[in-house]
Formats: sequence, C-alpha cells, structure tokens
Amino acid sequence: MPAQHRVAPRPPRFPGTSRRQFLGYLLAAPTLAVGVKLTADSVLEAEALPSPAPEVSEVYDLSDLLADSTRPTANLITVVLERDGTVSFSMPRAESGQGITTMAAMLIAEEMGIPVSDVNVTLADARPELLFNQQTQGSSTVISIYTPIRVAAALARGRLLEAASTLLGDEATNLRTTGGKVVSEAGSSIPFAQLATAAANSETREALTELKGPDDFTVIGTPQRRDDVRAAVTGKKNYTMDIDVPGAVPTMIARPPTIKGTVESINNEDQVRSMPGVTDVVEISTDAAPGRGTTSSGVAVCARTFGQCIDAINALDITWGGGNADGESDESILRQLRASPAPVNLPSPTPLDQVGGQIPLATEGLGNVGPVEAVEQEFVFHWRSNSAMEPNVAVADVRSDSAEVWTPSQIPINTQDQLARELDLTTGQVTVHVTRGGGAFGRRLFNDAPLEAARVSKEVGKPVKLMWHRADECRVGRVHPMCISRLRATYSPGAKQVVSFEQRHTSVATDYTEAFGDMISSQAAKLPFANELTLSQTVFLLTASVPYDVGAVALGYNEIFDFDKFATGSSRNLNNMDVRPAQELMIDLLAAKLDEDPLDFRLDRLESDRAKAVLEKVRDEGDWGRDLPEGVAQGVAVHNEYKGTVAVLAEVDTRPATANRDIRGATTGPRVRKVTVAVDVGLPINPLGLKAQMEGGVMTGIAHVFTGSLHLRDGNFLEGSWDDYRYTRHWNSPPELDVHVMPATGERPGGAGELGVGVSVAAVACAYARATGTTPTSFPIGHTKDVPFRVKPFVPPLPPSPEDGLTSYPTPSAAGPVFNPAS
Amino acid sequence: MPPHTFKVNGRPVTVDVEDDVRLLWVLRDLLKITGPKYGCGINVCKACTSHINGRAFNPCSVPVGQIRPTDEITTIEGLPETVGADLHPMQEAWIDRDVPQCGYCQPGQIMAAVDLVKKVKADGGAITDDDIDGIRNMCACGTYSRIREAIKQGAANM
Repeated sequence: MPAQHRVAPRPPRFPGTSRRQFLGYLLAAPTLAVGVKLTADSVLEAEALPSPAPEVSEVYDLSDLLADSTRPTANLITVVLERDGTVSFSMPRAESGQGITTMAAMLIAEEMGIPVSDVNVTLADARPELLFNQQTQGSSTVISIYTPIRVAAALARGRLLEAASTLLGDEATNLRTTGGKVVSEAGSSIPFAQLATAAANSETREALTELKGPDDFTVIGTPQRRDDVRAAVTGKKNYTMDIDVPGAVPTMIARPPTIKGTVESINNEDQVRSMPGVTDVVEISTDAAPGRGTTSSGVAVCARTFGQCIDAINALDITWGGGNADGESDESILRQLRASPAPVNLPSPTPLDQVGGQIPLATEGLGNVGPVEAVEQEFVFHWRSNSAMEPNVAVADVRSDSAEVWTPSQIPINTQDQLARELDLTTGQVTVHVTRGGGAFGRRLFNDAPLEAARVSKEVGKPVKLMWHRADECRVGRVHPMCISRLRATYSPGAKQVVSFEQRHTSVATDYTEAFGDMISSQAAKLPFANELTLSQTVFLLTASVPYDVGAVALGYNEIFDFDKFATGSSRNLNNMDVRPAQELMIDLLAAKLDEDPLDFRLDRLESDRAKAVLEKVRDEGDWGRDLPEGVAQGVAVHNEYKGTVAVLAEVDTRPATANRDIRGATTGPRVRKVTVAVDVGLPINPLGLKAQMEGGVMTGIAHVFTGSLHLRDGNFLEGSWDDYRYTRHWNSPPELDVHVMPATGERPGGAGELGVGVSVAAVACAYARATGTTPTSFPIGHTKDVPFRVKPFVPPLPPSPEDGLTSYPTPSAAGPVFNPAS
Repeated sequence: MPPHTFKVNGRPVTVDVEDDVRLLWVLRDLLKITGPKYGCGINVCKACTSHINGRAFNPCSVPVGQIRPTDEITTIEGLPETVGADLHPMQEAWIDRDVPQCGYCQPGQIMAAVDLVKKVKADGGAITDDDIDGIRNMCACGTYSRIREAIKQGAANM
C-alpha cells in the first residue's frame, strides 16, 4: 500500500517531524513543480563499533564524507511535470556510463507511479549555489541523492492526488497513481498530462510527505535498461565533440616531449598557419591548476578538421624547455619509494591510539597464543592510466563579457569557478553545460580540457572544440601514481591465529586538490582524526581497511614529491586498487602458513555477516575447490566499501597452450576464464546497472593484474596508444562472467562504480599465484617483462595518421607480435 | 581542393577537401555524421569502425582520396537501412542485453560485430568465442561480456 501523503496547511509549522516524514517545496510554476529540502534523512546512524578496534573507514568512510559535505544544499533539486504528462529532472551530477540518470528515473517513477520511460533526466549546468552537491565521484551519487529524489517525486504525487480529487469528486486518500495516471477505487482515471497545470502552484510553499516503504516497491530492485541505450547503439547519442556549436573550430594542442614542459619558441608559425585547413596557431598555457603549482604550455592549432590539426602539430618546429621529471624512470622512482617508508604510527585516529599507534609486539590482550612467526612482503604497483574511450574534450565560446563551455565535467562548479578566474569573468558570466561523458573514471575531476579550450577561444576570438589526441591521453594525461605497499603480519602456528597485520603504503603524491580538497576541509571537524593529516593521508584513512579479523591492524600512508610533480589524479577505486590486492595476497600467504583453505580462512575471519554471505555465495555459485588441471587455479577476495560488500572468485588458466594463444597483435597471456561475483549494496536500485558496474570492475581489475601500465623512462611515459597501454581487450575478457546481486539487506543503497575494481585485481592475482605457485609482487605482471611495442617518437608529438586502412582490417599493419605478460 | 563524391548511408555526397584528409574527419567534421567516434586515430582502438561496400574498415586510417565515386560507406547511422528495418538485429541484441555503459565505443563494436558475423556465416560457420576473442575494438567501461552475449544473440537473427 502506498504511503500516506498530505499537503501541509499554511502557514506551515512542522514541530516534531517524524522519522519518515520529509519536508519539501511546492514551487510556483506554470506546471506542477516540486523542490526538496532534506530533513531527517541526513542524520548519520551511529554504527555499532566492531571489536576489537575498527579502522577509521569502517566507522566513517569516504562515502560518508561525500554525503555529509553534500547535505547542506541537497534541498535544491526539482522535479517538474510537463504538459505532456512526462516528468523532467535536471540532475546535478555527471553521467559517464555509470547509469545514474537511469537510476534517478527509476526513483521518480517509483514514487510518482509513472513508467520509467516517461521520466526524462538531463544533466544540470554548473550551479554554484549547490556548493559541494554537484560532484560525481567516490561512488557517492546514489548514496547522496537516493532520498531527495524520492521526496520530490512523492510530493509531486501528493499534489497530483489533490488536484485529481477535485476533478474526480473523490477523497485524495481513495486515489492512487499508476502508469502515469491517477485512478480511483471506482475505476475512473485521469492521465498526468491533464493534471500538469491543474496541480501547478501559484506560490511556493512548504509541504510534508512520506515515502513508500520497501515492501511497496515495484520499480526499485527491478532490472531497467539504460535511458540512452537506443541512442547509444544507433549513433544518436551526442557526446561533446558531436555537439554542433555554430562556428566552433576543431582544435588540438602540440604538447611538450617531457612531463609538464614548456614552449620556449615556435620556429615556423607562419609556415604551419599556411597549411591546408589551418586557421590559427597560438601558444597557450596548459596549466590545469591556475595559480597553484607547476605550469606547463603548448601550441594550439585550429583547423577545418581534426585531421588537419594533427598534421599541423606534427609539422610544428618548437623549441621546448625542460620538463618536470626529467631523468626519472621507474627504477629511480622505486628507489625513492623504498627510501621513504610510511610510518605506521601516523597522527592517528582513535583506534590506533588505543594500541598506542604501534603494533603490539607482545601478545598480551590477545590471549596466550604462544610464539609468533612473521610474514613480510613488498608489492610494487606501477603507473596506471585511467583514460576513457572519449579523450579529454571541451567546447568553449569565450566572449568579452561571457563564456559558454560544454564539457563532461565531474566537478562543474569547480570548472565554472576556475574558468571565471582564468578569464577574468564572474561566475555568473560563465555557463558550464555538463555533457554526457564517454567514460570518466576520475579523469574528469580536473579541468584540463575546459581551461585549454577557453584559453584558445579567448586568444583566437572564436568558438573552439578542443580534443586531446590519444597519445596525449597516455603521455600527458593524469595517472594513478606508482606506489609500493609493504606488509608484515605475525601469526601463531600454535593457536592458528593471525596476531597482527601491518600495511605501509608509499606512493608518488596524488593530486586530490580539485575534488576532495575543499570537501575535506569543510568536514574536518567531523572527521574522527586530527586535521594535521595531509589530504592524501585523509583519503587513505577514509578508504583503507582490512575486512578480516587479523589481530591488531596498523595502516600507514605517505608520499614522495609535491602533489603536482607528475600529473596525477583519482582513478577508479583510488588506493584500494592496490591496497586491497596487497592485503589479499598476504591473506593467502597467511592461510598457507596456517595450512588452511584460502576461502575458509577468510570466512572464519570476516567481521561482517554481509561479507560472509557474499563469500558463501561465490563459493557455491563459482564451485570453489573444484578439480582443475595443473596450471589452472581459483582465487578469491572480499571487499567492503561505499556501504556495500562484494566477493569475487576468479579462475585463471596459465597453461602454455592458453597463455601463448596466437591472436595477431594481441597481448594474450594467462586467461581469466571464469569469474563469479556476488555483490550486496544494501538496497540494489537497478540490478542491471549494478551488474554492469561489477563487470567493468572485473575488466579493469584484469588489466591491473597483467598488462595495463605506463612505463616511465627518462622523464616520459612511453605508451602512446591503446595498443601500447594494454587495457583488457576482447581476447582477455573472461568467457564466463556471472554477477549475483544479493537480495536487499538494508533500506539504503550503496555505491557501485568503484566497488568491484580492487577486489577483482585481488581475486585474479590470488588465482594466478595459486596457478603458478609464485606470488606476484610487481604489478602489472607484464610491466617489467618487456616494453612490447615500438615506442612512438616524442618529437613530433603525435603518431602520423595511417593511410592503409582499406587493406589492414582488422589488425593494423604496425601490430607487433603476440605478447605474453607472464612469459 | 578537389571535390570527392561517394555514397554515405545510401545518399550521394560531395565534399571539397584535400585528398589526404582521413575519411573519419570528412564524415565527422564536414558531413556532421558523428556516429563513428575518434578513439586513437591510428587504427588500433576501432571506435570509428564503419563499413565500405559492406565490409568493416576504419575511416581514421583512410585518406578520402582513396574513396572512389562508386564506394558506399555505411556508418552506424545507416546500418538499419541495410536490412530495411528500424534497427539491425545486432542493434536489437545490444539493446536487449543493455550492452552500453558510456556507449562511446559501441557504434564501432556493433559495426565490427556485424562484419565478423557476416564473414563467419559466409564461411559456413557459426560464431564462436574464439571468433569474438579476435575483435580488436577497445572498451574502457569493460562491457565485453555483454558484447559477447549480444553478438551471439544478434548473429542468430541475422
């Protein structure tokens, strides 16, 4: 039965708003429009503290931080019923494939009683009044907007019932909404289209509503296809470079042959400007954080086509200054990482204080476990790119007193603010349209492309459509920094117990300034640890935890270099893409030392019942322990984050006949042939979208284990294309991949976008270790084996466009031999 | 600039542009046919995969001067017309399996899949996992499992 609803009397007074009542606004508008003010839902429920001492992230994690810093302004979202009976919602988030617009449409459809397909969700322009509430990151969207969207829709439904009661001559309490109509118990009905103006409000006022209970859900929890699936498969989905902004000229940038280098002089500007199609050649700053840190520059070229931009860039004769990391290579970075061990007694949160910030070397307090032995292991994680299929893009039209920009920003308010500063405009003079992105993965948390586009547009005095070349995505684009994790655990063979578990993670500095910086500052008083921690340490402590009871746990994090020596940023699953695999490999080593089955070992020590349930699910569905030929093995891992929990069971085939399979130009190697995932996000909204996110996590995880990395050599990254940077391809993808969505275990949804990455890396790595009998300690495994491609020149900066496309399908003529990363 | 005349999605087009401009940019920047996407520009990611005279190719790597007046280019936008329907069976399978996430690579994936299935069928076979393993089209969201299912489903209806 739908929940009760009433419109508040005027003047509104709502003393003692009950737990399940929510306050909102009926807005003065030509058709029915509602806005939401968030009330009771914003209270963080105190969680029972697990014993003995929880890591910080188990009590207050990154998604809490993101949700908390977005709460003060979540009241400003609005839902509008259009005259045709469809519903519009302008969502202050970025949609880059995660499926959040579809999810929002489902939530509205659920509360209003309208088909999901009649809800049209668009992306809101930058709205500075939303403060922190327009960031899309950290898998936080569903957590932060789940309730506000439903409240707005419930208010709209209540207004529709009221308006219909007059027309139908029946009490509103005898009416309900379904299929986009209000229907009475007697069977008469009115479509929403006929109520859009009748239910409109002439003045804005407050109203109360209640939400449907989970037992009444008919849309939430059901599989729904993406709202743009048809557009995507017919070529009609418009990405930034597909938008036809009148007069916008294709623009690309010649970038330095060194990291963050600068232009000293352009030596043949006139000659290049006279090339076919070329209209402009200008030196511009490529500084992605104006007024802060290292600057860099390049030469922008505008032309009739992007192809002519590429040719012109390669014809430029530029004298370049030095770079920011000249002389550095993987080996030199590794030496510096090793020379900077992370302290385990960081300025510490309460739990660590309780153990004095130190690993207890004696066994007091843990019972008489007898003598202990230790396992120590270092893991090295090389540079990774988080590049999406769509490169960095922006369209900019900068005038003397205004600027209009289109870009798939994950942080449009910050984009608008930076553009305004850069262009000497007020934020009100800068419009930022958020376009649907061709992937984001953290890459669009920075304003590299919109700033560059705006600078060029201002300089050349016309609108420009700026796109990065793929080579630049690899070489200049932001990277997940190289890092090492040192683990040490002690265990008691006699008591068959793990006594302590210590992880010290040392990384090249990560640039979190754009996205997390201001947010963390705004919430510093609420964080359960001292605010003298660096930004990166804060992010680490908000995300790192060990899901198992492994005695006393100590986690430490530190960094080398300034935040902007390299161009770094957030990648999918942040630190946990490395931190968790290191832990899980260690868990397997401990299980072996204590002569226990890896899965049973985990099951016995998991602290959460939800985590146990997902592990049991993959054990049963994935047939853990089944007979496998030599060289084929299973691995398993469990991960809790973003209010959810997930288990992955992977089966890896390392036999030579498989690993050396011959696909021309492919990176083959060990094959992950079967993956079973079980995921519990509390309340699954759209199981179809959730499965897709888990599948994507598995594919990214496979790349992180075997082949996906950047090689730093002499101050530059060597990779320059999708054949150099070896992300998972069809030839690596598991032929069998099953994702099991657990039934709802709570009343609130958790995040999904990043949940599946680190745990997949871990499960695949553990399987590989068991299949080969050797624990991999350097990731991806193929990184140190070879640079399996011919390194493209850095001057000129772009690989020339091939001419043999009519004779070289499907494999390019330049394709190298098969590469087996495990050979 | 020499004019270039050929057929795109069933309709004749003429463009004035230098011979060496790659067809991808002629389609996207001049003809405003934006279904084929840029992903690498050097024929390795396959996001721009389209058909020429019914066979798959990558327009990022073909100078427009190599296109003959009799050549028929089909992009994702023109795929349904090749079967005289609103949607090609491969597109229907893609929708049914809810394959896309960000969707950027999917036009290329579909065009590659249609070509592969036609080739396998012409050889008298049925599509296998090994055939699908050989597709080079890159997807950074990681939709490969659903693509694998959709190709088999779409092939059954082609």
